[in-house]
Amino acid sequence: MRGKNHAASYAAKTGVNILRKYIIKRLLISVLILFCVTFIIYALIRCLPGSYVENMAQRLSTAPGSKPYEEWLAQLNASYGLDKPIIAGYGSWLLDFFRGNFGDSWRFTVPVIEEFKSVIGISFIMGVISFVIELAIAVPLGIVAATKQYSKTDYVISAAALTGISLPTFFFATLLQLVFAVKLGWFDTHGLVGRDYAQLSAAGQVLDKARHLVLPVLTLAIVSIGSLMRYTRTNMLEVLNSDYIRTARAKGLNEKKVIYHHAFRNTLIPLVTIIGGSLPGLFSGALITETLFSIPGIGFASYQAMVAGDIPFTMFYLTFIAILTLLGNLISDVLYAVVDPRVRIA
Amino acid sequence: MAKTKKEGYLSAKESRRISKENRKITNALEKKRKRKNVPESEYLTEMHDRNNAVEFDNLHTYFFTDTGVVKSVDSVTFDIPIGKTVGVVGESGCGKSVTSLSLMQLLQRPQGQVVEGEIRLNLGDKAYDIAKIPYEKMLELRGNVISMIFQEPMTALNPVFRIGAQLGEVIELHDGNGKDKEYVKKRTIELLEMVGIANSEGVYKMFPHELSGGMRQRVMIAIALACNPRIIIADEPTTALDVTIQAQVLDLLRNLKDKINSSIMFITHDLGVIAEMADYVVVMYAGRIIEKGTAEDIFYHPAHPYTIGLMESKPVVGKDVEKLYSIPGKVPNPVDMPNYCYFKDRCEKCVKKCDGEYPTEISLSPTHKVSCYLYDGVDADAAREVNKTERLDETEGER
Repeated sequence: MRGKNHAASYAAKTGVNILRKYIIKRLLISVLILFCVTFIIYALIRCLPGSYVENMAQRLSTAPGSKPYEEWLAQLNASYGLDKPIIAGYGSWLLDFFRGNFGDSWRFTVPVIEEFKSVIGISFIMGVISFVIELAIAVPLGIVAATKQYSKTDYVISAAALTGISLPTFFFATLLQLVFAVKLGWFDTHGLVGRDYAQLSAAGQVLDKARHLVLPVLTLAIVSIGSLMRYTRTNMLEVLNSDYIRTARAKGLNEKKVIYHHAFRNTLIPLVTIIGGSLPGLFSGALITETLFSIPGIGFASYQAMVAGDIPFTMFYLTFIAILTLLGNLISDVLYAVVDPRVRIA
Repeated sequence: MAKTKKEGYLSAKESRRISKENRKITNALEKKRKRKNVPESEYLTEMHDRNNAVEFDNLHTYFFTDTGVVKSVDSVTFDIPIGKTVGVVGESGCGKSVTSLSLMQLLQRPQGQVVEGEIRLNLGDKAYDIAKIPYEKMLELRGNVISMIFQEPMTALNPVFRIGAQLGEVIELHDGNGKDKEYVKKRTIELLEMVGIANSEGVYKMFPHELSGGMRQRVMIAIALACNPRIIIADEPTTALDVTIQAQVLDLLRNLKDKINSSIMFITHDLGVIAEMADYVVVMYAGRIIEKGTAEDIFYHPAHPYTIGLMESKPVVGKDVEKLYSIPGKVPNPVDMPNYCYFKDRCEKCVKKCDGEYPTEISLSPTHKVSCYLYDGVDADAAREVNKTERLDETEGER
């Protein structure tokens, strides 16, 4: 027996080693992918017509007594580093990136990192809160709908989910504004802070911000609950029809134990992939919601930067999202192995 | 009715009407079942014979589907004596599994319902009627007094829990009163050893996917035997296994049954397995029992043309045949069965009387019963003789 225990602990140790090796391997591959992704993004941005520099040259050349457009263009190109071919330009961007020098944003005329810091916080908070709400509502509802398949409860939940999926964000956000801000007057329609924000105490300021976040978070959550709920329901149904659930019932376990112990643990497996995959979503902001509620978040800022052709900011933002996406994939793969004993990482 | 249309066609109106009627019936049944605090007197009953572990009495299990009522089990009556093995045979879809699931109360509800009849379960000092027993009470019996071994060992164990946890769960549930974790673990490992798993400590920590099919079925058997049940339902326990493992598993079941003196309801369509395992055999066809008797009755003196057909369609070692016999035709559509012998259209020995209503049960001997017009009014011994000589002719031919 001792030999067996020894073998088991040995297996566990090698398991950890294999996992570490796997993660390192995946990280190395991710770096390679990242090079390709950033290069493609850079090349695409450079190829876009109506760049930031062209617009600026246009504007400057129309001023009275100014140099002609071509001269301005050449001068600006040189000063913004756009006279280099794409590959060389990418090379110098990459070099700066590794030095930790992300450049200054052209659109916001401050260092990229500074602008990023000022907008990411609020988007992240919104993302996390709405994601937690989404999970807390969608997963239990999905389970209830599955366990009571074809009952009235199931029909009501499924219909509500379908409504949630079909509602466009802008429509739903406007509807919320109309009902809760305009008609009922509970919340402000726009903005992150109220008019008297400056006069409030510290706690009051936090509360004020929270109050302004209610409608945007609600919009984000409700619009995405539907699909996650349906996903949970489908998976739960599949699990509930499997043989081992019948075995669990045959053991004499009560329905609660069967569903929340035996079935839920299996439903968790596909859910984990979704949760890992939503990591970049927490940081990417929500363009439409942020715009409609005038919340200065990353979604809105990145949109402005892209429209203006702001290469440093756009590159930084997209690289950031690419890193998060790759990391999210890795996390969901590792989590998969954690929740499903059949999955062995190799 | 949609008789003029294609067979199996249902208009939307018809389908709506059916599902509405079904809902009315199932809702009433569900409501009755979901009552709280049902007095024990309502499901307390008397065994007709105290030597029986289970008595199925006129059991009707119906499925209320959107295409009509499927009478999966239609007036089934048979007993499972204490300490004996009863084999239930029949082709796929004849109601074998549904009968066993009725006993376990594991029918797919609300569509599947026991609508009539009794299932009397002998608990020694008293007897319960499973058809009327409330849900909470049933939980105490399942896995404890009645347990079940399923057909598919590959999928019957939960893939995300360790073997020890899945086996220990039953012990903890029914046998763990005031006992600590150590006891449960000790008993779990003991059970694993009992079903012939050598590396019991190792298997205790393993996940189901790390075991072979035969090993998993042993674990399933261990789960079924964990609380020394009075009755074990084995629903095709060896169908998914290869013959060597099959023989081992059957040996194991037989030995363990004797050890804890429980009865087995053995469901299979493998006649060879039945011959080896069963003391009594019940032959089912389209939801009804067409013939039942001791294993000797069924194997040496099969009476019903269907049973005879079944015997003929199994390969025999040493017998050289060009083409294996198969019963012509197929099982009739289970929706809205007519009230005549269901086997009539496939039967080679069909007589004029067969057009009449469903034949009643005829006793050929105290143990041997058959539902067939061929034996109606015929002297039982004579009928047996007829069949015996036929069989003898054949066996001589084989040699």
